[in-house]
Amino acid sequence: MITDFTPFASLFGGILIGLSAVILMAFNGRIAGMTAMLGGVLEPQNPDGFWRLAFLAGAIAAPLIATLLGAEFSFASPTTGVVLAIGGVIVGVGVTYGSGCTSGHGVCGLARLSPRSLVATLTFMATTFATVTLIRHGFGG
Amino acid sequence: MKRILSALAAGLVFGLGIALSGMGNPAKVLNFFDPLGTWDPSLAFVMGGALAVTAIGYRVIFGRRQAPMFDAKFHLPTARTIDVKLIGGSALFGVGWGIAGFCPGGAIPALGFAPWPTALFLISMGGGILIARWLQALPRKMIA
Repeated sequence: MITDFTPFASLFGGILIGLSAVILMAFNGRIAGMTAMLGGVLEPQNPDGFWRLAFLAGAIAAPLIATLLGAEFSFASPTTGVVLAIGGVIVGVGVTYGSGCTSGHGVCGLARLSPRSLVATLTFMATTFATVTLIRHGFGG
Repeated sequence: MKRILSALAAGLVFGLGIALSGMGNPAKVLNFFDPLGTWDPSLAFVMGGALAVTAIGYRVIFGRRQAPMFDAKFHLPTARTIDVKLIGGSALFGVGWGIAGFCPGGAIPALGFAPWPTALFLISMGGGILIARWLQALPRKMIA
């Protein structure tokens, strides 16, 4: 499935993602890592967890409101539901053991020049590339 | 309350950024990792933009302040060890990302503009997080 190359929208979106990380650090002193964010929500006994819920609510609400106002975001999931669910479980296990994902390691961690995050990011970028290549082109590449 | 409002504001900006960037669109994400096929290099611009702004922003914040505006201290990760857990977990995350086309930060905002099948992914991912926690707790239980 071909998707349009969108350098400007993607760069602008990326700048907003960075701005969000800067806001959360400047005001709350927190890393904008989605693994930790979700982990905190799955731990209801944590008394300091409300800010995480607020962040997640905002993250869902912004595109929802934009859609209601007439914005359209392109979306296509090329996999079947079963495959998507299997991928979801693997992502959940992986980010828990790896202590982070694209946002925590790939953006916030690299921005702090964390060696752990550099190793994590290089590792998951490599295995994602390998997985997509294997699924789409087979063992021969 | 202040902390909740600033987190909400950061979340709104994050959600809009993900939706505009294409990071919440599995087809686009998977194409980024397919230079041999239907390659779409857009995500390099997402990562580049996000990383540049965050790196500069963090430098300014840490250079000027001893603490954030609404808290007594910065809560920064303290782990330093690069071990099998970090590498194995990250490798596994990449496999899942390559299968589904969703990473956690891409999927959460996608719930706002493509509730299905995003919800299926997020529920499965929540299951994966709980499975991993249960596995991580096992050795300690067995010792006790």
